[in-house]
Amino acid sequence: MKRIFATLALIAAAGPALACETVTTGSLEVSRAWSRASIGTARPGVVYLTIRNSGTADDALISITTPAADMPMLHQTVMTDGIASMPHAMEVPVPAGGQVALEPGGYHAMLMDLTQVLKEGETFPVTLTFRDAGEVTIPVTVQNIGASAPTCTSPDE
Amino acid sequence: MRLSKLQKGLWALAAVALMAVGAAVVFIDRSSPSVEQAEFRPTFALPDADGRLRSQADFPGKHLLVFFGFTNCPDICPTTLAEVAQVMDDLGELSDDVQPLFISIDPERDRELGLDEYTEAFHPSILGLAGDAAQTRAAADSFRIYYEREDSADAPDGYAMSHSPALYLISPEGDWLGQFTYGTPASEILAELKARL
Ligand SMILES: [Cu+2]
Repeated sequence: MKRIFATLALIAAAGPALACETVTTGSLEVSRAWSRASIGTARPGVVYLTIRNSGTADDALISITTPAADMPMLHQTVMTDGIASMPHAMEVPVPAGGQVALEPGGYHAMLMDLTQVLKEGETFPVTLTFRDAGEVTIPVTVQNIGASAPTCTSPDE
Repeated sequence: MRLSKLQKGLWALAAVALMAVGAAVVFIDRSSPSVEQAEFRPTFALPDADGRLRSQADFPGKHLLVFFGFTNCPDICPTTLAEVAQVMDDLGELSDDVQPLFISIDPERDRELGLDEYTEAFHPSILGLAGDAAQTRAAADSFRIYYEREDSADAPDGYAMSHSPALYLISPEGDWLGQFTYGTPASEILAELKARL
């Protein structure tokens, strides 16, 4: 069994890296959107992505929605004296001329009350609402439950 | 990994410096046994998913790689369990000498959700343990780790768990050997284990 996994992993590693889908709204560019496969729908899922702001004004991600979950919410994993907790993030700042990543151990979109099983290899849409730039929808690629980074690559990688 | 006293000192300094800047990637080297650490032997007696009570004595000759977490933790718990899975694969035959344990700090809900299917999704070698409230608190106290339930409208079922997300290494004799803080790359954990096995 292990050998089969190893072989599959090799095939996956040898395959061409997929380009990340990128969407824009105003001066914001959203890319590298990925999630982890879920076991059923009882446990929360997660979405990670990267937001770039090429404009001259600060903006902020203020909410997310998706048909994949009834209660999606922005969270931030916070370490305080070695203790991890993940409070609700009222907003995720996207500074002018900068970028912010939702990534493991930091900001994440927490998908509570999943409406569907998140299956590896599939995609589902997530709509982001920014304070100033408005809404934009991006397809999120579901990766392995043990994934820790997006397998797709950005155009500049 | 044999380090001179000077090297150990430098590593300790580096570790402190890294912690000072808030870096997540810090391995606290405890390879030099002190009297205090030799006395530090965490214990646990917790049922697995089949209800069998498990303790250190069930894993003779094995190093234990222990993580306290909960299965409703979608952000950092998968990252650490995936690293453990990577380490176990990379250890090859040496993996027979290592037992990874996932101790639930949210045992009631985790038993309902299914402990085995969760740990097996990461690696078949990871054994999930979920006791009652007293067993769980006793194990955590013994490892000197913290966890707490926090009521929150922003979490599934109205509560979330805050917890120490490090990975603990225990010798076959039961001695606490050290901890890998959250975010320690699998390669570092692998190197440390290989040096000890
Ligand atoms: Cu969260």
